[in-house]
Amino acid sequence: MELKNVTKVYNTRAIQFEALKGVSLKVQKGEFVAIIGPSGSGKSTLMNILGCLDIPTTGEYFFENVEISNYSEDQLAEIRNKKIGFVFQQYNLLPKLNAFENVELPLVYRGMDAGERKERVLQALESLGLSSRIYHKPAELSGGQQQRVAIARALVGDPLLILADEPTGNLDSKSGRDVLKILTELNKNGKTVLLITHDMDVANTASRVISIQDGLII
Amino acid sequence: MNFKMAIKLAFKGIAGNKMRTFLTMLGVIIGVSAVIILVSIAQGTSEDITESIESMGTNLISVIVTGRGADTYLNYQDVQSIAGNYGVAGVAPVVSGNATVKYDNNTMDITLEGVDENYQAVRNHHVQSGRFISPLDVEYRQKVVLLGTEVVKEIFGLQNPVGRYIQVNGLKFKVIGVLEEKGSTMGRNNDEKILMPITTAQRFLKSAGIRNVYIQAESPELVNAVYAQVDSYLLKRFKNDEDAYRIFNQTEMLSTISEVTQSMSLMLGGIAAISLLVGGIGIMNIMLVSVTERTREIGIRKAIGAKRRDILTQFLIESAVISGIGGILGICFGLAGSAALSFVIGINTKTTFSILLLSLVFSVLVGMFFGMYPANKASKLKPVDALRFE
Repeated sequence: MELKNVTKVYNTRAIQFEALKGVSLKVQKGEFVAIIGPSGSGKSTLMNILGCLDIPTTGEYFFENVEISNYSEDQLAEIRNKKIGFVFQQYNLLPKLNAFENVELPLVYRGMDAGERKERVLQALESLGLSSRIYHKPAELSGGQQQRVAIARALVGDPLLILADEPTGNLDSKSGRDVLKILTELNKNGKTVLLITHDMDVANTASRVISIQDGLII
Repeated sequence: MNFKMAIKLAFKGIAGNKMRTFLTMLGVIIGVSAVIILVSIAQGTSEDITESIESMGTNLISVIVTGRGADTYLNYQDVQSIAGNYGVAGVAPVVSGNATVKYDNNTMDITLEGVDENYQAVRNHHVQSGRFISPLDVEYRQKVVLLGTEVVKEIFGLQNPVGRYIQVNGLKFKVIGVLEEKGSTMGRNNDEKILMPITTAQRFLKSAGIRNVYIQAESPELVNAVYAQVDSYLLKRFKNDEDAYRIFNQTEMLSTISEVTQSMSLMLGGIAAISLLVGGIGIMNIMLVSVTERTREIGIRKAIGAKRRDILTQFLIESAVISGIGGILGICFGLAGSAALSFVIGINTKTTFSILLLSLVFSVLVGMFFGMYPANKASKLKPVDALRFE
């Protein structure tokens, strides 16, 4: 995937804020890339655009060689659903659903039938060592377990790209190391992994580190 | 996303906030039960009135003669010529007056009607025991009487009056039968009267004139034809004086009454439906709160691939489920309320299946209509903004 000279401008009532000032970057399939930068550097904006959660103000975004910067909201939703798996700092699990239902959700929106869904969800949970936690709600799980459920949810749709936004930010160091190990493992199995962080130690897990500051890659 | 999953999700959302959901539903519950109770009362009342009119006899036309100058009565020939008209099934002339009946030491003031054998078919008033007045009774001016149930109760108590003798204004009459209980129609009690042969009554009341005639048509379609013939006969009989007589057409009366009660139920139902509408606004209000509360959830769902339509259906189904459950509970309360009303106060209520179905469908539609705006608002949230929401 490739960004060409992307800018993003936020218009608030009083000020115009340029979060990205012309970013170009290219990530090959199967790479493990970390994007590092202090808070306010524009790395979250970059991740939103890379994750198809938002569209650039100007510039082009090629996803699998298709220019998608002017896709509609529903078209982007479809890409997110099928091609991208998200892992967030706050896990972002739905509190009222149990682990199984949380992991199942992307497949539900994909319109997959119940039998196939069940098989894939159980497989994903098992691969992350959560077989005994299937019917637990997020509140009944530890931080590390919740993050693993979130990773299972990211994986279950078999995406090309795993986007991890500060995945270790809310975890103790041991759980953090576990999560990074899982990400490395996934990368070895052929997934492209994009890791967004402000922590150099975390970033060093990746094979390539891109630094961003004040909306520009340095 | 499939429908079953969406309904399941809606129930989960609702179960998370039981008290709030219940209070929201209350608007719908009250609205639906109000519609059902009020319409049931209206329909029950209409049924009551119709029934009491129909109990006077079917396809009935009744004539009351007030007279023109000295000519204030019909005679038996008039009755015969009316009976000869096309489409007439039966004619029952009636002479009436007041009298006092006495048995042992019990007395009672009653209405007396002199009738012939056609009366029971035309007026649909039969005997429950004994026999009716026969043509021979009429021919020979027999001193026999039929008693209404109230009369029996008053002067005989629990004894069987058939075969016994009573005194009517001091004259001795034999009781040949007891009439069926009829209740009252239009403020007149039909059970506080006695019947005797018309010829006997004419002599007894010292008057040969017939002031009331009941005419039964052969079928509902013929009622108007018979009405027209009777009208033209009487007009000729009283030398074009329209004020000398009055003719009542029962069918016409029934249709007028059913029109009136129809608009009554419509009006009552409409007023109650307003409260249902207010309930709908309650749903909209709470759904808006819910959308704001669940902004983050919406963001997460969108991030993992929910399309606008998925979010829209989720919230729409949720409000439809709230109003639907409210509607079902409202139906239960409505049925219970109508039953309680007729039990406690004694008004007849009639709940039809169609009004139940209609109010349920209407309540679901109200929920969906008022859920539209919040659901649309939810579906329009941008995933980035929604995810950032704390």
